[in-house]
Amino acid sequence: MNATTPLWALPAASDTASRVDALFLVVLAVTGAVTLAIFAVMAVFAIRYRRGSPAQRASPPTQSRVVELTWTFTPLAVFLCFFAWAALVYGSFYRADPAAMTIYVVGKQWMWKAQHANGRREIDELHLPAGQPVRLVLSSEDVIHSFFVPAFRIKQDAVPGRYTAISFTPTRPGVYRLHCAEYCGTDHANMGGRVYVMQPAAFAQWLEQGPSGASLAAQGFELFRRLGCSGCHDARSSVHAPELDGVYGRTVHLADGRTIVADEPYLRDSILLPKKDVVAGFEPIMPSFQGQVSEADLSALISFLKSLQPGGPSGK
Amino acid sequence: MLYAAAITTFFFVGGAAATLIRLELATPASDLVSAETYNKLFTIHGVIMVWFFLIPSIPAVLGNFLVPLMVGAKDMAFPRLNLASWYLYVLGGIFTVATLLAGGVDTGWTFYTPYSTMFSNGAVLLAVCGVFVVGFSSILTGLNIIVTVHRLRAPGLTWFRLPLFVWANYATSLILLLATPVLAMTLVLVALERFFYVGVFDPSRGGDPLLFQHLFWFYSHPAVYIMVLPAMGVASEIIPCFARRPVFGYRFMAYAILAIASIGFLVWGHHMFVSGQSLYAGLVFSLLSFLVAIPSAIKVFNWTATLYKGSITFSAPMLYALGFVGLFTIGGMTGLFLASIALDVHLTDTYFVIAHFHYIMVGGSVMCYLGGIHFWWPKISGRMYPEGWGRAGALLIFFGFNLTFFPQYLLGWLGMPRRYHEYPPELQLLNVFSSAGAVVLALGYLLPLGYLGWSLFFGRKAPDNPWGATGLEWQTASPPPKHNFRDIPEVHAGPYGYDPAR
Repeated sequence: MNATTPLWALPAASDTASRVDALFLVVLAVTGAVTLAIFAVMAVFAIRYRRGSPAQRASPPTQSRVVELTWTFTPLAVFLCFFAWAALVYGSFYRADPAAMTIYVVGKQWMWKAQHANGRREIDELHLPAGQPVRLVLSSEDVIHSFFVPAFRIKQDAVPGRYTAISFTPTRPGVYRLHCAEYCGTDHANMGGRVYVMQPAAFAQWLEQGPSGASLAAQGFELFRRLGCSGCHDARSSVHAPELDGVYGRTVHLADGRTIVADEPYLRDSILLPKKDVVAGFEPIMPSFQGQVSEADLSALISFLKSLQPGGPSGK
Repeated sequence: MLYAAAITTFFFVGGAAATLIRLELATPASDLVSAETYNKLFTIHGVIMVWFFLIPSIPAVLGNFLVPLMVGAKDMAFPRLNLASWYLYVLGGIFTVATLLAGGVDTGWTFYTPYSTMFSNGAVLLAVCGVFVVGFSSILTGLNIIVTVHRLRAPGLTWFRLPLFVWANYATSLILLLATPVLAMTLVLVALERFFYVGVFDPSRGGDPLLFQHLFWFYSHPAVYIMVLPAMGVASEIIPCFARRPVFGYRFMAYAILAIASIGFLVWGHHMFVSGQSLYAGLVFSLLSFLVAIPSAIKVFNWTATLYKGSITFSAPMLYALGFVGLFTIGGMTGLFLASIALDVHLTDTYFVIAHFHYIMVGGSVMCYLGGIHFWWPKISGRMYPEGWGRAGALLIFFGFNLTFFPQYLLGWLGMPRRYHEYPPELQLLNVFSSAGAVVLALGYLLPLGYLGWSLFFGRKAPDNPWGATGLEWQTASPPPKHNFRDIPEVHAGPYGYDPAR
């Protein structure tokens, strides 16, 4: 990239980027044509009907219901098309491929921290394999941040106290800008880094490099024991606590009659705010772990919970 | 007049902050000001321009003067309330100046939690107080205009004989009255949270930071229409006058004003498409945002049709009004990109949004504010402004504005986030264009300040009706006597009885 980056020079490096670009070009073409048409008509009228021109101006029309309704409903029809198309593309950002690779990303003044499933961590960088669907689960340790990769055309706020997620498939190997797009304080402009999209083989190699440690799920199991979770949630425990094998993705019936799908936000709330969604048939006796577990610990714990197979023995 | 002086002062303070911002952004590195100073500059620019200039500009300066004249009344319904609301404005302004003296505030004009409540070291409380107080000024102005339009219309002046300027200010006043209290409550919560750790917005105490965004935008999105509806009203007076023909589709113009004011309350969530609100909420807000664009489109088409078979002169107010229609069209069209929810994900919080809302607020509101000031200057001051200078100023501002803000659309598409004092070097060229434009624009704004000030003392005496306009305000002396009219006029026809053949 040089000093005169043209409009079309923004790389499109994901499936989301090509879908967004197609929509963008169509909206640009339609609105651009209409705008130019309006300006042309204004210019023609301004010249033709300038004061003193010989134009015929007897009985200028002052109203017409047909004309008004035409230019009410024509834009409406066009807008509904834009809306529907954009809604479809938007939906695809939040529908994760079942085979998607989940990466936990935590925003913090003023850095991005990522945790891969095998335990590899990185700061202000994110390595991804081309062609592999990816799902980012975002959270924040302090204020609101926003994870923004222009080359992927995606942006998602990282909000303290909750999980947000966004899905895409990187397609083109290369190095791309990563920004924080939600104002977060003094060094907001410097919060960011690089996203590296790599060939799958190179990515696998990269993943194995670096300090070898336990996988995220194994770290979670360690925490599960250390924090005393297993004391109650183990099948052999005398305490009456919900069974956690296969909990992820299960439909849970709650004490107040609601049902909820046990996704990451639910597991997160159950650890930090256990009284919020109490499972039917259980007493709300679980203590909150708010303040005892960091965002990184939470991702590990949840990775561990997700790794538990239905009916299998706890732990690895 | 008091309003005009106070608002002009704040406009130039806010403008100075904007000039410093653009000068910093002339280079990719941080060299003119530090990150912290930069953050304070854009915050104060936003706070002053939104609450101390744009919102009060047309309703308070022109509305308080013109609404009674246009409805054929002796004064506003509550003249003392009017003065009280000016005092509140000044009190709010004092808090804001105190914020600056106390070292400034770095939250952005949006005061997003938990940054504003838990993390910022700036003078958040002072700034919040300033906005809180000036909100009451808005509410009282709105109330006053509503009562004036309901109660003080001259005999024969039915609702569908009201000039569109009155319609626009009436609808604006409804929004002021209904939305501003929500802002006040939200700001009180921010102050309580900051000092007493109440925990409404703090997730570690069971609060929800997104709740703040919902409350804030429930006010601040309608506030956009507070800023732009009066501008539409001004354009709807100027264009028929200088095209010498009635406005096309008067009734649809009035309905469109009401439609914008009401649908405008239902689109706040389009500021939050990437915030983590539910997918379905996002879709509903996207659809409603498209709907609110339709009455705006109707208005643009009707203004254009008003030129057809007219007899057009291009005086300074007309140049401003036509400039407004063009810039508002671009601003509105780019709004469609942002309403297209999947495009918004890429474009939100980038310079695309900055360019979009400056086209609406500066290209829209400021152009019409200046157009209105020129159009009614003879009536307000009793003096004519120098026409040649007026046209030159309008053209300079139009040119400077486009040079400043058009490159920002491209910057936004290329992914330059807003509120950055540093940026990738490959984006420098467009930023240099934008900063150069800002200098032209600043000069453009100084020009009217100079010649309008000059004309106050040395301008030619204005006749009662220099433009041959039809409004009731032109049937009294320039400037109007103490009670506006010698005899309360009677109205027998709708507004805009212009004839292009004459």
